[in-house]
Amino acid sequence: MQSARKFAKKHGWSYAFVLPSMVTFCIFVLFPVVWSLVISFQKYSLSRGGVWLDPVYQNYVDAFTTQGGVFVTAIRNTLIYSAVTVASNVLIGLILSSLIQPLGFRLQSFFRAAYYLPAVTSAVVIGMTWRYIYNGQWGLANYLLEKVGLEPLRWLSNPDIALGSITLSTVLTIPATAVVLFSAAMGSIPKEYYEAAELDGAGPIRRWWNITLPLIKSVTLYLAVLYTIASFEVFEKVFVMVPSGVANSTQTIVTQVYQNGFQQFNYGVAAAQGFVLFLMIAVVSVFQFRALRSDVEY
Amino acid sequence: MILRPNRALTWLFLALTTVIALFPMYWLFVMALTPIGTIPPSTPALFPDPFSLSNIVRLLTNAKDYLRWGANSIFVAGTVTLWHVLFDTLSGYAFAKKRFPLRSVFFWVILSTLMIPAQVTLVPLYIVTRQLGLIDNLFAVILPGTAAVFGIFLMRQYIQTLPSELEDAARIDGCNEFAVFWNVILPLCKPAIAALAIFSFVRNWNDFLWPLIILNKSINYTLTVGVAGLQGEFSTDYGIIFAGAALAALPMIAFFLAFQKYFLEGVRMGAVKG
Repeated sequence: MQSARKFAKKHGWSYAFVLPSMVTFCIFVLFPVVWSLVISFQKYSLSRGGVWLDPVYQNYVDAFTTQGGVFVTAIRNTLIYSAVTVASNVLIGLILSSLIQPLGFRLQSFFRAAYYLPAVTSAVVIGMTWRYIYNGQWGLANYLLEKVGLEPLRWLSNPDIALGSITLSTVLTIPATAVVLFSAAMGSIPKEYYEAAELDGAGPIRRWWNITLPLIKSVTLYLAVLYTIASFEVFEKVFVMVPSGVANSTQTIVTQVYQNGFQQFNYGVAAAQGFVLFLMIAVVSVFQFRALRSDVEY
Repeated sequence: MILRPNRALTWLFLALTTVIALFPMYWLFVMALTPIGTIPPSTPALFPDPFSLSNIVRLLTNAKDYLRWGANSIFVAGTVTLWHVLFDTLSGYAFAKKRFPLRSVFFWVILSTLMIPAQVTLVPLYIVTRQLGLIDNLFAVILPGTAAVFGIFLMRQYIQTLPSELEDAARIDGCNEFAVFWNVILPLCKPAIAALAIFSFVRNWNDFLWPLIILNKSINYTLTVGVAGLQGEFSTDYGIIFAGAALAALPMIAFFLAFQKYFLEGVRMGAVKG
């Protein structure tokens, strides 16, 4: 008793401080994740609850085979979108932050703010804007095509190019986080490194290649993972740009989870597809963790 | 740093990317302020010609719940933000400065869930919400939002850098642990709290999938859900849709311009993706 009181006196406040966060965390993250895993092996209905499937992994089979295997197409679409946008976001972020780095403080701040401004608006509004930019009759995109003498495109209604149009809209959205983080990382590299290299006769490109790039490696990796995860989860944009789906050509993993779970009410399959997404993100995260651990800091 | 092959080319590139960054939003606002009949003008104008608020008037008279959506969004994002400011700071402080049994276990459990996509929890959360009869209830939007853990990391990182001498002095003066937190830690955390509050607010203001799933009646929609719905409801009245989207973007843009410094500082603190 004595020691319990002593323990409470010593640590009681600490537990009280973390309690609210831990409670909501357990209720709204930990418990649903575990239950979701259970549901992914069950046939679940709101009236009758969950019944274990036989074979128990049936939802995972169904996840890939329902509606003629749309989910496979959805994964493929998501991976294409991801590969293009991650590469372009990191590259454009790197180029832009390298270009604004030599500028004065005020100009740097101006560009960072200009790039960041659109990022504070919701993906819904951005997606809607692009939907109308891509409008076949009066959209801005076709106006520009016409100006340079090209044929107008059916950007979002042609199944062959709809996914490409959505991807392009993300590529053309300046990767604000990358610019800010790259700028911060480049700003923290000691000036002496560059001065020493300059004395040794290294030109600006070589200094950038041999000093800047290696020293921002960990930020680059962090951003790559950040954008990979965000692109795996792409939903809002697709949902507002092509509500009809254009013959499944723009299905992504999360639009599938949404459809199966909350339009078809096939909870088990939606949960299983959610875990496929989880697995993909886990692989990327583990890769990041290993790469960062082996990283040599300066 | 220091990549300048050609100054003119650099400036051209920076100017071009600035235009690319800002033009879609700008175009949205021009369209929102241009009177639009059945088909919007196909030649884009740099300025609304003629300038008119008719789309906005039509929006507010036809989409009767629009202002209510805005109020719902403020309520949702504000409540979640308040929660995070208070309790993330509290637990961030405990994780940063206190030593107590299971501390690292708690922390690693929280840390490991950072990579769990929110989409995985949708099905169980929906089932529970249905069974508790909380469909169409704004508190069902708010509650899962309180479980985001990025704020705990942000505050822990920040509080770790604060010196412990002040806390010790307050303890010697007879403050209990909560008084130490309230009087010493909290005031020192202002920059981090500003970043946390801003990001939490923007994040929840922009949140879409979960409210889309559990809100059915128009009057309960948050702004993102309502605005996305305009596309279906007024499919051919583009003026209303443009006005709705532009008005929904406006508060966040104003918010950003007012608190720019904290936004960019917050990104640097590694708070969020965006």
